[in-house]
Amino acid sequence: MIQKNVTSLGYRPTIGLEIHVELSTASKMFCACPNHFGDPPNTNVCPVCLGMPGVLPTMNRQAYEYAVLMALALNCRIAEFTKWDRKGYYYPDLPKNYQISQYDLPLGSDGYIDLLVNGQTKRIGITRAHLEEDAGKNVHDLPDCTGVDLNRAGVPLLEIVSEPDLNCVEEVMAYARSMRQLVRYLGISQANMQQGHMRFEPNISLWIFDDSEPDGGHYTPIIEVKNLNSFRSLERTVAFEIARQAEEWQADPHGYRMDKMSKQNRGWDDVREVTVYQRHKEEADEYRYFPEPDLLPVEIDDAWLERIKAQLPELPIARYARFREEFGLDEKLTTLLTSERTTADYFEAVIQAGASPRRAANLIQSQGMRLANEKGTDVAELGISPQRLAQLCKLTDDDTVSASAAATIFQAMLESDAPPEKIASERNLMQVSDTSALESIVAQVLADNAKAVADYKSGGKKAKKARSFLLGQVMQKSKGQANPKVVGELIDREVLGQT
Amino acid sequence: MPAKIDPDQVRRIARLARINLTTDELEQFAGQLSDILNYIDQLSELNTEGVEPTTHPLKISNVFRQDQIGQSLSNEQALANAPRTHGDFFAVPKVLE
Ligand SMILES: [Zn+2]
Repeated sequence: MIQKNVTSLGYRPTIGLEIHVELSTASKMFCACPNHFGDPPNTNVCPVCLGMPGVLPTMNRQAYEYAVLMALALNCRIAEFTKWDRKGYYYPDLPKNYQISQYDLPLGSDGYIDLLVNGQTKRIGITRAHLEEDAGKNVHDLPDCTGVDLNRAGVPLLEIVSEPDLNCVEEVMAYARSMRQLVRYLGISQANMQQGHMRFEPNISLWIFDDSEPDGGHYTPIIEVKNLNSFRSLERTVAFEIARQAEEWQADPHGYRMDKMSKQNRGWDDVREVTVYQRHKEEADEYRYFPEPDLLPVEIDDAWLERIKAQLPELPIARYARFREEFGLDEKLTTLLTSERTTADYFEAVIQAGASPRRAANLIQSQGMRLANEKGTDVAELGISPQRLAQLCKLTDDDTVSASAAATIFQAMLESDAPPEKIASERNLMQVSDTSALESIVAQVLADNAKAVADYKSGGKKAKKARSFLLGQVMQKSKGQANPKVVGELIDREVLGQT
Repeated sequence: MPAKIDPDQVRRIARLARINLTTDELEQFAGQLSDILNYIDQLSELNTEGVEPTTHPLKISNVFRQDQIGQSLSNEQALANAPRTHGDFFAVPKVLE
């Protein structure tokens, strides 16, 4: 579904994405109930979030600052003055029959985020970012009713709306993943997909190229798909809609266009993997917003804004660029190391402790990430201090242990607090670089493999293969403890008379 | 004063607010709502040039609480006044999904 040569297809997908992120505050947005997933239904509730009459909401300062921090990271203009509005709609998970939101004065607007897509930077506009409260949860699998759990009602929710700058599935996914990475870097949300911390609403239409039209083309009707809660469903939805709209356009090139049809909502059917028609957008959008009289406005002065700004960490894309430059690592490795802030911090701490960047990066990638994955944690949480990993890197770099021994030692360090050198010697993993100790093994291997020696000596086609064979034999006899570099030199000296 | 709101508009607003009104009520409320709007309209006789829109009658802002967990209700208390419950849930008529 990723279209490289858009003009040859006759259309270009035009996609905007709304993302809702639950902020990881301790308490809810407008009351002091816990913001906590997984508790028994209707136990994190109080008169405020149950929508009882006569109660007063109170603003959570941390939630507001988290939202501003994200807006800053997205290069938004921060509103000096914001207020709250009531958005009216009726659904059982919304006990007040309105949601407190920010309508005409969002706290952030006119920002952007730079994405890396296939090694290229693409800038995506951010229309707005505003704060609101989450709704509860409806439970549909009860026998003769729908159950309502209001534990989630009132959890702070940040809505981020992009410009329709995304032009293919790949860009949509890069954008969504960058947002997840960013909120995790900022520490404002765990962005745990399984717990519904992030939800996506793509707006999808196609720009149809047509030189005969005054604007050079037209759009197909916009489709909005609500409430996608996984990357997989987002990816499939967007791919499906692009294909579906292209088909509709081909079937009716003159009728299927935005100026002749209104915006529609469609829903994603995860079982059949299709989007299904829900309703025309215009009927649904009568939210009857009006200013929330129960809450006071928020005014941010320079001093407060500066305090929030001071909390901005180095952002992922800057860190990626710096890692590439400073440590000379390749794209794939750098992407991995900067994917999570904790991993990037850990990597830098290992370098600080004296490791070479390349060795540290390789060990973190090949061992750390694998083991962290198995344990369902991240590299920094494995229990290997940066100092100990740096020691292991140094041992490997100076050939005290081989690369494969380093892997074994890494794993052993999870169960032991001992320095890596001690683990290496206890487990007989020290590499033998002592020439005299290796000479007898080399002599024996050469004596046992006269044909390979001859092949190597001949310098012909088979020479390279013969040398690796001899090297392998010595390594095997030394139970992997020989330093391959030293062994290679010994073989060359014995066979070719080189020193 | 001309009627600001006709019965059709009242019907639409009533539908959005999920309220059922009789034909008589549509007429009655159309009149009453128009009276209210006409009354409010007196304000537009004032010159408001250069006056910032009021978003809140109180001249204070930034009233926050700290992000600290307080006391919630128990499940029994939360459900005590619900017309219908199912286990730990509030129960409502089946919602089509
Ligand atoms: Zn509450």
